[in-house]
Amino acid sequence: MIVEIKEKIIEKMLLLIALSSISILALIAIFIFGEGLPLIWKIGPRAFILGERWVPSQGSFGILPMIFGSFWVTLGALFLGIPLGLACAIFLCEWTPPWAAIVLRPTMQLLAAIPSVIYGFWGLIVLVPLVRNYLGGPGLSILSGSMILGFMILPTIISISEDSLRALPPSFKAGGLALGATHWQTIWRVLIPAAKSGIVASIILGMGRAIGETMAMIMILGNAVKMPSSFLDSARTLTTNIGIEMGYASGDHRQALFATGVILFFIIMILNSSAIILSKRRMG
Amino acid sequence: MTQSIAKILIWMAALSTIVVMVLILFQILREGLPILHLRFFLESPKSMGREGGILSTMIGTIALTAVAIIFATPLGVGTAIFLREYTRESRISRIIRFGTDCLAGVPSIIFGLFGFVFFVIYLNMGWSILSGGLTLAAMILPTIICTTEEAIKTIPYSYREVSYSLGGTKWQTVIHAILPNALPGIFTGIILSVGRSIGETAAVILTAGSSLVMPTSLFSPIRTMAVHFYILAREGISMEMAYGTGATLILLVLFVNTVANGLLNRYVRHRS
Repeated sequence: MIVEIKEKIIEKMLLLIALSSISILALIAIFIFGEGLPLIWKIGPRAFILGERWVPSQGSFGILPMIFGSFWVTLGALFLGIPLGLACAIFLCEWTPPWAAIVLRPTMQLLAAIPSVIYGFWGLIVLVPLVRNYLGGPGLSILSGSMILGFMILPTIISISEDSLRALPPSFKAGGLALGATHWQTIWRVLIPAAKSGIVASIILGMGRAIGETMAMIMILGNAVKMPSSFLDSARTLTTNIGIEMGYASGDHRQALFATGVILFFIIMILNSSAIILSKRRMG
Repeated sequence: MTQSIAKILIWMAALSTIVVMVLILFQILREGLPILHLRFFLESPKSMGREGGILSTMIGTIALTAVAIIFATPLGVGTAIFLREYTRESRISRIIRFGTDCLAGVPSIIFGLFGFVFFVIYLNMGWSILSGGLTLAAMILPTIICTTEEAIKTIPYSYREVSYSLGGTKWQTVIHAILPNALPGIFTGIILSVGRSIGETAAVILTAGSSLVMPTSLFSPIRTMAVHFYILAREGISMEMAYGTGATLILLVLFVNTVANGLLNRYVRHRS
């Protein structure tokens, strides 16, 4: 009897513990929305999202330049990250001599483990001067940021694409080859289309990482608040806007930074949910 | 023909990834390693970090990481046990999985904002080791849940049957049959989380502050090594010291990764 009660209590406690991650997620939403939403209502959602002027000292809070900044940097990162990531995933599943896998796999893990400030620093001292000297502009630019970010999202794209390629039944490959297709034709026409939903999920998650990256982007993008007009322009993203100004902001200004966080949180939740749904479909 | 071109392109992609990785490591280690004398680790930063070493930031990093692990491990392991042993696929387990997956994708600056308004201001903990550690605990929770679940998944069903046939209750089965066998997996999760905590900057700078004073209690503000590195480099205080701190960070991450890999490999070999 006592044993049964004890077992019941333990089960309930474990349930409570298990609810911690969803509770933290809810707390994050409640507190960030609680700080940010009042300001969005005060100046109007339209003026906040579509406003082009961000001058906290004059009380104008428009984040359109930052939305564009995030958009272009992420697009640039995907431009580099998708082909490179897919190629590495194919390399790891289909074309790896054993010695190459021994080198590439730890490289992938290290790529994921290196702190983002290190990437930012390397971009700042190596990549930024290269861009400035050979392509012009300030060097602190969307192009430099995209290149670094493209590398930073590789581990996400590679590991999930690789998993979904590996999850395919071996008969797919055998069937392709048996029909007389070459190895590459089998990969391109059979395996990749079959693993499509996993690959798309990996790209969406990579996109989420790119949009959420802060420290490296503060160091590389130059942080100018203006509508970027070319890839060689300096820019500011939603995340860097928060990261730079949070240290000294107060009052409405601080609320505006939380409001920026609200928009960021929205974007990330939409991306996350669609990636989760896509990868569920793969399982089912 | 297309096959050869594709093959060459794919080889180039894989090689260039490795080359860039090596370039990053090489650049920072080449400039940073000569600075790493014993004194660098035994002195605290002086005059904003222009001179001295990184002792207080190392202590800050260790304290913050320890708080994060202490809070996140029981929650993460408990969640994994609940998901694997106490429930089947159900509405509640789907909600928990969804929450965990989403939490894993939340960017660190959002965690920073949350930690700032919740721990620092609402719970009145100030910029402190505790605020920073709790924020990090929330960040690493999904990693620990995931690795523990993977570890529990590989435990053969017969282990549980043996325990039940000996009259063990569910909890006794968990304590005596499941947890000891999941231990290497749990350790791997903890080590990976340590790596993430060491390198985290955005969330930490908003919740633990950037004070260079040696911490005296859980409520002291601190500066971690990653934050120190960021401030040195961005404000151009001292490139030399920045390289030294960066090299230390890289060596730590390399070490942590090697240990995690070693554990994982041994574990996998043991199982199969």
